[in-house]
Amino acid sequence: MDEEKNKYQSRRDFVKKAGKLAIIIPLALIPVALSKKVSASGYVWQIDPFKCTQCGQCKTNCILTPSASKCVHAFQLCGYCDLCGGYQRQGVKNISTAAENQLCPTAAITRKFIEEPYFEYTIDEALCDGCAKCVKGCADFGNGSLYMQIRHNLCVNCNDCSIARTCPSNAISRVSVKNQYIQKDKRQK
Amino acid sequence: MKRFIPYLILVLLLCWQAILYSQERFPRPEFESGYVYATNQMPTQRAPGWEYLDVTVLVIALAVTSWLALKKRSRQGLIWMSVFSLAYFGFYRQGCICSVGSVQNVALALFNDGYTIPLSALLFFIIPLIFALAYGRVFCAGVCPLGAIQELTGFSPLKLNKRVEIILASIPFIYLALALLFASTNSQFIICRYDPFVGIFRLNASYTMIIFGVLLLLAGIFVNRPYCRFLCPYGVLLNVFSRFAGRHLTITPAECTNCRLCENVCPYNAIIPSDLDQKKENPEKPRKQFIIYLILIPVFALTGALVLYNLAPALARVNTNVRLAGEIRTEKETGIESASKAVIAFKEAGKTEAELFSEEQVIIQRFRKMAPWAGVFLGVSLGIGMISLTVRTRRDEYKPHQGKCYSCGTCFKYCPVKVTT
Repeated sequence: MDEEKNKYQSRRDFVKKAGKLAIIIPLALIPVALSKKVSASGYVWQIDPFKCTQCGQCKTNCILTPSASKCVHAFQLCGYCDLCGGYQRQGVKNISTAAENQLCPTAAITRKFIEEPYFEYTIDEALCDGCAKCVKGCADFGNGSLYMQIRHNLCVNCNDCSIARTCPSNAISRVSVKNQYIQKDKRQK
Repeated sequence: MKRFIPYLILVLLLCWQAILYSQERFPRPEFESGYVYATNQMPTQRAPGWEYLDVTVLVIALAVTSWLALKKRSRQGLIWMSVFSLAYFGFYRQGCICSVGSVQNVALALFNDGYTIPLSALLFFIIPLIFALAYGRVFCAGVCPLGAIQELTGFSPLKLNKRVEIILASIPFIYLALALLFASTNSQFIICRYDPFVGIFRLNASYTMIIFGVLLLLAGIFVNRPYCRFLCPYGVLLNVFSRFAGRHLTITPAECTNCRLCENVCPYNAIIPSDLDQKKENPEKPRKQFIIYLILIPVFALTGALVLYNLAPALARVNTNVRLAGEIRTEKETGIESASKAVIAFKEAGKTEAELFSEEQVIIQRFRKMAPWAGVFLGVSLGIGMISLTVRTRRDEYKPHQGKCYSCGTCFKYCPVKVTT
């Protein structure tokens, strides 16, 4: 009986040891294989404004409500127009700040007179819900100075960005932590 | 030829400028009133380096949980550990980064040259497995926020039928195989996408995911830890590693007296009873079965590989480019203009259809290459699972099943044996 037990025991021990090796070796190999593909700092998600087609899914597909992607204004590119394609609804009768004339559904853009004939437009980020309507208006009729960016004070940096998954133009990708924004005016300098 | 190169570069640069400024329809105004351009605040994510705090917390939490489960044997302590992890990794860190999802980052990095894995993600993948190899599934017991939220809401455990449990427990293998396939082909991170509790941690998610998470929690009141047992893909790895654990939680602090008091208390059916009072079975039948299953493993593996090889084009539709190519093809066939945003964006972007279709073929080829391995994995797992059903070990004590036991410590208080010092 004892001998039989010993026989089983040693066989079982062998299986156990072999199994242990069989799982330790791949586990140890993973860091070795990845040794050249590891970065000390991580990455964040960002929209490439040059690829963005202003489809409006940033507003609806972010796991946060309201979305972490918002409109940013590149002042250096702006034409400071009186009739702004990003501010005014298409085909307005008179150019004014009246609510019915505004393109932005949340009235997040403020229009300020600078000097004749220039107006400054600023985004109130707390109101912006990332619908990209103004971005599309500015891209279609203006200089394209309004553009979408993921705001990193809001973004929770998901492992798999849910806007990136559905972005029709593949404009959202992982970028290095060092350059968290792709700024339209910075790239043009 | 060489002297033309500088001119060529100059021409290219000029063209580049033209492209960049093409959108500037209105010139930059020349202000006379001394207007100063406003600047944008570009707030950044918390500084890199903070994630190493998470790694440190992970290691400390794992060490404390191991101590509580194996040495201190305190269910109370383990519950407090769960509360802490739920608060820190769950509600404070909002469920990202987590070890469960890190499997995909590893797969993506292993098979794609363009992606470098953050060191913290790699550590989150490896450290719990090392601990599982040393002390069992202590990660599940008190560190994983997904496990913790279920542990804390599992009020009245029901026993599941064994057959139902075995069938349901095969889902994680399929989930893991698919998740690895989709991640390694750079298509999607399905584990993150269908994470049921991350929406609860963030108090923000799509309607369907919140419903799914809440339903799982409600089910978990009776069938404890439904996600861990019947879905968690990382649990598959922990299960395997924990089977070879050097030390593991024990039900009794000293010697088992076979009192059978703990027999029915495990909510996860993870206690293997002793067979002292059972008749010795005829060893012939299981032995035969063992050999048959051993021969069947390659058959299973081959079948799995074949099935998944043929499923590869269907599975590839998870990839956005493949889906887009499909949409464009149906649009051409039916002649009806697609209203899909992806198609509209594609037309605006100015990529040719031929390019897209060749890209699609490359991705499908990748799926054809990777999918059979997922099939082999599933086949071999099935074979090993069937073999383990035939193997009967003789034991004279009640022991936790090292693969299934979450080291939750529910059984501690049912053991009447006390340590005499």
